[in-house]
Amino acid sequence: MTRWAMVADLRRCVGCQTCTAACKQANGTPPGVQWRRVLDLEVGEYPAVKRAFVPVGCMHCDDPPCMHVCPSTATRKRSDGIVTIDPELCIGCAYCAVACPYEARYKVDGVATKCTFCVERIDAGTAKGLTPGVDPEATPACVNSCIANALHFGDVEDPASNVSRLLAENQHFRMSEALGTGPGFYYLWDKAP
Amino acid sequence: MSRPQRHWDARAALNFMLGGSGAGLMAAGALLEPPSPWPLACAAVLIAVGLTAVWLEIGKKARALHVLFNPYTSWMARESLAALLLFPLAFGSILTLRLIPAAAMAALVFLWCQARILRASRGIPAWRAPEIVPLVVCTGLAEGAGLALFFSHPPLLLAAYALAVTARAWAWLRYNAATKNAALAPAGRSLLAIGTGGALACAALAMDSSAFAWLAGLAAVGTGWRLKFALVTRASAYQGFSLPHLPVRGAR
Repeated sequence: MTRWAMVADLRRCVGCQTCTAACKQANGTPPGVQWRRVLDLEVGEYPAVKRAFVPVGCMHCDDPPCMHVCPSTATRKRSDGIVTIDPELCIGCAYCAVACPYEARYKVDGVATKCTFCVERIDAGTAKGLTPGVDPEATPACVNSCIANALHFGDVEDPASNVSRLLAENQHFRMSEALGTGPGFYYLWDKAP
Repeated sequence: MSRPQRHWDARAALNFMLGGSGAGLMAAGALLEPPSPWPLACAAVLIAVGLTAVWLEIGKKARALHVLFNPYTSWMARESLAALLLFPLAFGSILTLRLIPAAAMAALVFLWCQARILRASRGIPAWRAPEIVPLVVCTGLAEGAGLALFFSHPPLLLAAYALAVTARAWAWLRYNAATKNAALAPAGRSLLAIGTGGALACAALAMDSSAFAWLAGLAAVGTGWRLKFALVTRASAYQGFSLPHLPVRGAR
C-alpha cells in the first residue's frame, strides 16, 4: 500500500521561500493564502539563540481531525494518505480550519482550501508510470523547486524509496505528535546515532 | 474575492450563546408547574436565531443541508440532526403538553452536541480540553434555568437553578485549572462573582419577590453569554508550532 509523505531536512532549509512561491504559482492561491509556508523560528535567548526554518502546510495526517469534524463529507482521505477537499460538497463552515492543529486550512470564496500535495501532478504522473518524488513531472511543485534539496517526497511504505532511506539514515520527528494525528510530514534534524 | 477566514467569529459564538440558552430553557421548561408550552416555544426561537447566525457564517449558504451528510463522525452534523428533532417536538408541545419531556430530552442532546463540537476542535487548545464538555453543558443548563425563572419560579425550578449555577461554577473552576487561559479570566471572574454568588443570593430571595427571580435569571444568562462569547472568539487561538529538536548543523 502506498503512503505518500513529505520529508523536510531542517539542516538544509535556508528559508528562501522558493517553495512558497512555487506553490503559489502552481496552485494559483489568492493573496493571503499560502498552502506551503516556511516559518522562521528563533529559539533561545541572546546570545544563545538558534534559528530554524520550518516548512509547514497540510500534514496529510493518518487520522485527520479535519475529516472527522467535516459535517458535509467534503474532506476525505484517499487510500494513499492524501487528504482532499471536494469544493462542490464543502459548505464553508470553517470547522475544519479550527480543528486542524497545523493552521493549514483557509476558507476562500466560501469553501475550505489547503495543500493537496499537488495531487493532480501525482495522479497524472503515476498514470504515465512515473514515480512521485523521483520524476519531477509527478512530484509536488514545492519539492521540485527547493534549491537546497531540503524537501523530499515519496512513499514511506516502500522501504527502498527516497524518503524511507532518509528516515532510516536520520533522526526525525513529526509536528505535535502528542495529538495523535499521525502527520505525513517528517522533519529531519540530525544524523541517526 | 472574499477575505480568507481562519477563525470562527461572533456569528458562531451566537450559536453557542443562544443555542445553549435555548436548549437549557427547553430542558428547564419540563420543571415548570403548571406545565406550559411557551418556554419551549421561546427556547425554539432562541435556538433558531442561533442557528441562523451560524448559517450567516458559512461560505455556501445554499448548501446548508450538506451539514447533515456526516453524522457518523461530525458533531456539527449531529447537532443539526438534533435540531431537526427538537423543533417539531417544541412546537408539538404547544398542541399537546405530553411532548414537553421529549422536547427536553432532544434539547439535552442538542446541548451535548454543542459541547462536543468544541471538544473535537483539536487545533484550539482552549477548546480541545476535555473539561470543556461539562462547562458548556452546565453553562447552557444554568442559562436555561435562569431564563425559565422569567416564566415562573416554583421551588423545584429554583432548586434546579441553584444546582445548575453551582455545577457551572464547579465546571468553570475545573476547566480553568486545566487550561489557565488568560483571555477568559475577566469573564470567569464575573461568572463566579455575579453569575454564581450574586445569582444564588437573588435565588434565595426569589420566593418573596419576582424581581429577585428575574435578577437571578439575568445574572446567570449574562455571565454565561459573556463567557461563551470570549470562549468562542477571544480564546480561539491556535496552539502554534514548536520544535522538539533543533537542526544540528556543522560539527558537533
